[in-house]
Amino acid sequence: MLERLGLLPPQASTVALQTDMLYAFLVAISVFFAVLIAVAVIAFSVMYRRRSENDVTPYIHGSTALEIAWSVIPLGVAMVMFGWGAHLFVTLKRPPDDALQVNVVGKQWMWKIQHLEGRREINELHVPLGRPVKLTLTSEDVIHSFYVPAFRIKQDAVPGRYTTAWFEATRIGSYHLFCAEYCGTMHSGMIGKVIVMDPADYQAWLTSGAAVPVAAGAAADGAGPNLAAAGKDLFEQKGCLTCHQPGSVLGPQLAGIVGHSVELQDGTTVTVDDDYLRESILTPAAKLVKGFAPVMPTFKGQLTEEQVMQLIAYIKSLGPSAGTAGAAAGTGKTGS
Amino acid sequence: MTSTNYINADYGIWSWLLTKDHKRIAILYLVSITAMFLLGGLFALMIRLELLTPAGDLVSADTYNKLFTMHGIVMVFFFLIPSIPAVLGNFLIPMMIGARDLAFPRLNLASWYLFVVGALFALYAIFTGGVDTGWTFYTPYSTAAAHTNVIPAALGIFINGFSSILTGLNFIVTIHRMRAPGLTWFRLPLFVWAHYATSIIFILGTPVIAITILLVAVERAFHFGIFDPTLGGDPVLFQHLFWFYSHPAVYIMILPSMGIVSELITCFSRKVIFGYGFVAVSSMAIAVLGFLVWGHHLFLSGQSVYASLIFSVLSFLVAIPSAVKVFNWTATLYRGSIEFAAPMIYALGFIGLFTIGGLTGLFLATLGFDVHVHDTYFVVAHFHYIMVGGAIMGYLGGIHYWWPKISGRMYPEWPARIGAATIFVGFNLTFFPQFLAGYLGMPRRYHMYPPEFQVLNVMSTAGATILGVGYLLPLTYLLWSLRYGKVAPDNPWRATGLEWQTPSPPPTENFATTPVVTEGAYAYSDMHEAEFI
Repeated sequence: MLERLGLLPPQASTVALQTDMLYAFLVAISVFFAVLIAVAVIAFSVMYRRRSENDVTPYIHGSTALEIAWSVIPLGVAMVMFGWGAHLFVTLKRPPDDALQVNVVGKQWMWKIQHLEGRREINELHVPLGRPVKLTLTSEDVIHSFYVPAFRIKQDAVPGRYTTAWFEATRIGSYHLFCAEYCGTMHSGMIGKVIVMDPADYQAWLTSGAAVPVAAGAAADGAGPNLAAAGKDLFEQKGCLTCHQPGSVLGPQLAGIVGHSVELQDGTTVTVDDDYLRESILTPAAKLVKGFAPVMPTFKGQLTEEQVMQLIAYIKSLGPSAGTAGAAAGTGKTGS
Repeated sequence: MTSTNYINADYGIWSWLLTKDHKRIAILYLVSITAMFLLGGLFALMIRLELLTPAGDLVSADTYNKLFTMHGIVMVFFFLIPSIPAVLGNFLIPMMIGARDLAFPRLNLASWYLFVVGALFALYAIFTGGVDTGWTFYTPYSTAAAHTNVIPAALGIFINGFSSILTGLNFIVTIHRMRAPGLTWFRLPLFVWAHYATSIIFILGTPVIAITILLVAVERAFHFGIFDPTLGGDPVLFQHLFWFYSHPAVYIMILPSMGIVSELITCFSRKVIFGYGFVAVSSMAIAVLGFLVWGHHLFLSGQSVYASLIFSVLSFLVAIPSAVKVFNWTATLYRGSIEFAAPMIYALGFIGLFTIGGLTGLFLATLGFDVHVHDTYFVVAHFHYIMVGGAIMGYLGGIHYWWPKISGRMYPEWPARIGAATIFVGFNLTFFPQFLAGYLGMPRRYHMYPPEFQVLNVMSTAGATILGVGYLLPLTYLLWSLRYGKVAPDNPWRATGLEWQTPSPPPTENFATTPVVTEGAYAYSDMHEAEFI
């Protein structure tokens, strides 16, 4: 009903309802305290308005009991707000394991989106109903922020690092996708749509469209090889195989490495995740794996953010054992 | 009015520009800060007119982006932060503690010149092409992408920062060293306590923003690679440094205003303030806790979940001393003798607006909720309730209350009451709809917007028009009163406080003989009728 009155945006994800319930709670508490203070101020103002120029007022200098009461009670209420908000936040930060993976790159002034299965789009994001979708975001230039009010989610896309967000759409339709972080002249024009489809329609959409070679970096909308396959092509083109092929001693083995921790030159360890892989591709010397010489050249400036994401998708697709490198490419599944 | 006072003690432009009298320096600030307020207000009005329709049809996207940036820079750095401390603090602190001047009068004059030089840099940036980074200067936009006058604007803020630091230093030394005999710490007026807390923020926080903004300029000019990831820098580091100052800066704006409201409520209720100690100590608590909450601006930046949890808890804690103050003011009204003079209307209006602003601050501190409304008009509404509703209501209330002391003339009472009411109504009509627009999903800093947000934006623009008229009213009748106003007695409100025990306007040396203090501030109530609740 509030939605129809124009007081709520459409409620189209699993967290939308939870956010709105928290909103209702916060509004209720606020109205209670605001009304309490307003009634007291107005009542006192009327009851104790100045009657003569020589009014005498009683000497009431304070009350420790009252001070403690009106410190401790609001503190208790605030901690309830904190707890509820923290619970929702942790939910928002933990994507389910079976989430569909979608990569998003922000750029002045558009959203470039790559589905793992190969379809790419600009300023539109097609997703199936009832399936969790995990977004990995970054930016090619300045900070942008991916915001879908109907889903009650927002996440900054920061250049130089990956951030993530997830949602599960609960209602078929088309919803605003805004950029919420000021990013320059066309900031308010950086608007897209999230289109929630019936899963069958989504599957059909995913495999339709003109075939465009993704690895070429073309920014067109259309289907192409899936992301891991595109990454495999890049992997071969850029000569990564020379050092990273099975059996090579020049570079670390990549198969099954994602999610594991590796020991570095300085004795510390790091968990291999998207951020570490990205850093190792662009700044190989930053965190060198123990036992390897710093011989890898940087690929900074030679790869777009989308291509880095394709390479990472490929590395993730490599099976757990070293012997299967390459063979597992093209399954479109993220190894975990 | 033939006696010698600080206004007629000396004549000529140079007697003002080279003065060492804290009261004259306050007047210099009053004039320059008011000019900046009018400029910032003009930008605000143009922004609101643009947003009357969903299409960006009044000004171009570039012009709009410059307008909101310059509105922010001018209002935050050149109006809200210096306004109360530099004008009213400067004028009143020495008088309230029974001193002849601030501890370092020449430094005080130098502070004003730094403010002016900083403002000139900012004006140069504005009138030779503008700045479009937003007042937050987020990197790498400000260092790598913006094509506008970022460096002069940054230098303006850098220079102006020294004005704040020196003012804070001057206040702290003055309050420590120059109190009249008998004026112990817990007899100080709450206005002085509030400025003491504010000065601590000035001294500890301002150097951080000054260095940060200088690094932006350096990186922009020489590509150092501190904040820009393509050069190996970290854009989120900038946000940490920026908000380490800029969140406490909100308390720079609101604490002095709270100090004023404490003075007004007790004077116009003619009753001792409820819980003096708690109100005084809560100012210090806000100043200290205010330094620990900056990370709540970074919930969506990719900072760790644990950091976000800690910043969220701390943000809730800082709300408690603020709540304590609101309850104490309300309790002060109980069984008082309340007069609705214009300053009191401003003070009561402050309580209303600050309550809404403070409560919606809790919304933003709530982690999962903030995700949805972060960077939307909900945030715009919230901080305007605090910084404009709170800070300006207090400032205007204070200007009216001390106007007789400052100018030697009374302001006209009825126009002033109408002005206060107009501002209150206009303010709510402007900013309340923005909470709703924000929850509906309208992002901030949008030049164009989807048509479903138009109704709320039209309401907001209508409110801004009323608010604009409301601000012009005091400007008009206060200037009028300088010539035609009733001559003010020494103590028109029958207020306590040392500043009222000297002529209006005060002589250059403030007091003929150093006053001796024998009791606490706010001896309004009848001590013989001691009652406790």
